[in-house]
Amino acid sequence: MGEERRVLTGEHFLTGDHACAEGGMAAGCMFFGGYPITPSTEIAERMSLRLPEVGGIFIQMEDEMASMNSILGAAWGGWKSMTCTSGPGFSLMMENLGLGIVLETPTVLVNIQRGGPSTGLPTLSGQADMMQAKWGSHGDYEIIALAPNSPQEIFDHTIKAFNLAEQYRTPVLVMSDESVGHMTEKVIIPPREELKLVPRNYTKKKPGEYLPFECGEDEIPEMVKAGDGYKIHITGLTHDKRGYPDISAEAQDWMVRHLMNKIQKNKKKIIEVERINMDDAEVVVVSYGISSRVAHRGMDLARKTGVKVGMLRLITVWPFPDYMIKELAERVKAFVTVELNFGQIALEVERYVAGKAKCYLVPHAGGDVHKPEDIAEAIKEAAK
Amino acid sequence: MKYWRKPLDADTIKVPHGRIYVVKEQCKGCGFCVEYCPKDVLELSQEFNKKGYHSPVAVREEDCVSCGLCELICPDFAIYAELIEEDETTEETPNKTDKTEKAEV
Amino acid sequence: MNKPAAHLETAIVEQDTHPMADLLRMDRMPHIWCSGCGLGTGLTCFIMALKETGIPEDKVAVVSGIGCTGRVAGYLNLDSFHTTHGRGIPFATGLALANPDLRVVVYSGDGDLVAIGGNHFIHSARRNMDLMVVCVNNFTYGMTGGQAGPTTPISAKASTAPYGSYDYPFNIPYLAIASGATYVARWTSLHMRRLKNSMREALPKKGFRVIEIICPCPTAFARKNRLGSGLDLMKHYHDNSIIKHGADPREADIDMNGKVVCGTFLDIERPTFRDFQTENIAKQLGGE
Repeated sequence: MGEERRVLTGEHFLTGDHACAEGGMAAGCMFFGGYPITPSTEIAERMSLRLPEVGGIFIQMEDEMASMNSILGAAWGGWKSMTCTSGPGFSLMMENLGLGIVLETPTVLVNIQRGGPSTGLPTLSGQADMMQAKWGSHGDYEIIALAPNSPQEIFDHTIKAFNLAEQYRTPVLVMSDESVGHMTEKVIIPPREELKLVPRNYTKKKPGEYLPFECGEDEIPEMVKAGDGYKIHITGLTHDKRGYPDISAEAQDWMVRHLMNKIQKNKKKIIEVERINMDDAEVVVVSYGISSRVAHRGMDLARKTGVKVGMLRLITVWPFPDYMIKELAERVKAFVTVELNFGQIALEVERYVAGKAKCYLVPHAGGDVHKPEDIAEAIKEAAK
Repeated sequence: MKYWRKPLDADTIKVPHGRIYVVKEQCKGCGFCVEYCPKDVLELSQEFNKKGYHSPVAVREEDCVSCGLCELICPDFAIYAELIEEDETTEETPNKTDKTEKAEV
Repeated sequence: MNKPAAHLETAIVEQDTHPMADLLRMDRMPHIWCSGCGLGTGLTCFIMALKETGIPEDKVAVVSGIGCTGRVAGYLNLDSFHTTHGRGIPFATGLALANPDLRVVVYSGDGDLVAIGGNHFIHSARRNMDLMVVCVNNFTYGMTGGQAGPTTPISAKASTAPYGSYDYPFNIPYLAIASGATYVARWTSLHMRRLKNSMREALPKKGFRVIEIICPCPTAFARKNRLGSGLDLMKHYHDNSIIKHGADPREADIDMNGKVVCGTFLDIERPTFRDFQTENIAKQLGGE
């Protein structure tokens, strides 16, 4: 037992789920509270094997409400923590995702999306929880969500998610899908010293000086942990900078604005996209996760027929790169959004295009991925 | 203090005496302390506090033995007793009354 | 009946002179609990018990859910967490596991603990998680105005049971013991010293410890059932509680007008989740 087992440096042949677990390990995760649910269970299974090797704790909770709460508790206890889930479990986690956001707790929630609604398609792919990620917990909030499209990326993005969580003191979502979760590919785990990890931003203030929700221009408050003498009070009620409940319109305005601004003000630092063939593009394919791989093929097919098409692959889906869409809308003909749902991120694209270009959606109910030919057809239609 | 039968060591045992302090504005007048004070020292005042409750007053403070029950039963952290040390003059009220009380929510 | 002159003699003092002021967030007083509610009495007992154990204040964290009892976390000057409804236990689970130096106390009402949080309660007891759970049972959802709950006695009236509640209530000591708790006690708000002693016993102990406090709710439960004031309920406890240590928890049901069995029902040792897991994993991994 010991830290030497934390980073399994080397080339591996891993499923996305296992790569995700290794990402968590490499990022310094010490606590995993989870509940089994297909197709995310393999993450929990691997964490149950791996965490004890480094002195961490895996606990199988009684349900997803408990899982989500346990990782928040562990974060306030001083550990990096994560959980994973899918479909129905994601719905159950919404209650305490909201708590995590309001308590400004750094933690990571991985959703290996499956087909829905309800029990839906436990073993088949979907991307229909994207709006739920942003709007699923009640009340106004901003969230950070990443969408990896390969086992290597889910490894990298899980580390990135931990880093963003610490940097912005907020829960971060990894919105992957069954296809990536169950796909086996080469994953390179770098040497430990090459990993860029963000440590927890513990305050240097003394007890009495520190306020748990006080922040500067960047809107990011510093962190403490229970047991260090700060005697913090943390509540899910609307609170002031001290953390004390304040049931008033003024306090609500301050707190919600702060939660929104924390992400919105920093979004240019948070957002990451991949631009493919964008130099001469007249049509822009917007896609993410597994769909972006199929869309890439669709784009190649359309290019062969002479259409000037490029792709904006969303690595960060939330906060949404609205300023990029606005800027592109000024100079391209059309946008084609490819995702495994009947139009979720497509709505965001439309919102920021604001009528300045045509918007198309290639819908899919999930359970499978798109046919590249269908995407190519949509691109050609858009280019007309 | 009356004894039904006088204990043999009654002359050597000193009965402790207590002084009662009331956080008047924090009291909600539930009457728990008045009802359960084993020495019947307390009664509810006829006066109201700012919130409109009758807080307790020590009507027989000389009987207080500083058992601490009022402090323990009070749900509002509004009353406590302190043991009076032998050499202390009982008339002296500590200078605690001068501070203005302000409870913020 | 009062002697006005006597009033002059009573020392009126400021809140920060109170002997418990150091463990309370006095800037949040007076608290929200109604006149005659027993929650504050139980909290007094907890503070006294904590002082008597000598456990450093920095090493105690209090976690609560929602409801009147949920507000306890906000009044204690300790590391305190006010979470979502019923989720105090799972939050505390993560907190306690990540930071084993902490003594973690969950303060929860009956609805919070055994209705919406019931699943967490039984599973945490099953695992023997290192938590002390204080359940303030007032037989109703007080904060939302007196709805029927998981402990509302048969025939008692509630705002959602205007004809009386006719579903069987939980008997919390029985539920706790059946689920695997290692220390289980019940007292009423009137048993202050016994309650305090119970808390003092349970605080340093390891494992899943449950202390139920039967507590008057004059505003919601008593009013709907014409039981009088908080003081009347305290008198009722005085006349109707029986102290029976080691009692069979199956005989500790609470009826509308029956006896309330109090005492320490169980006090045993069993490996906690953390100890049991760490020990057995270490054996298999060949570590220390």
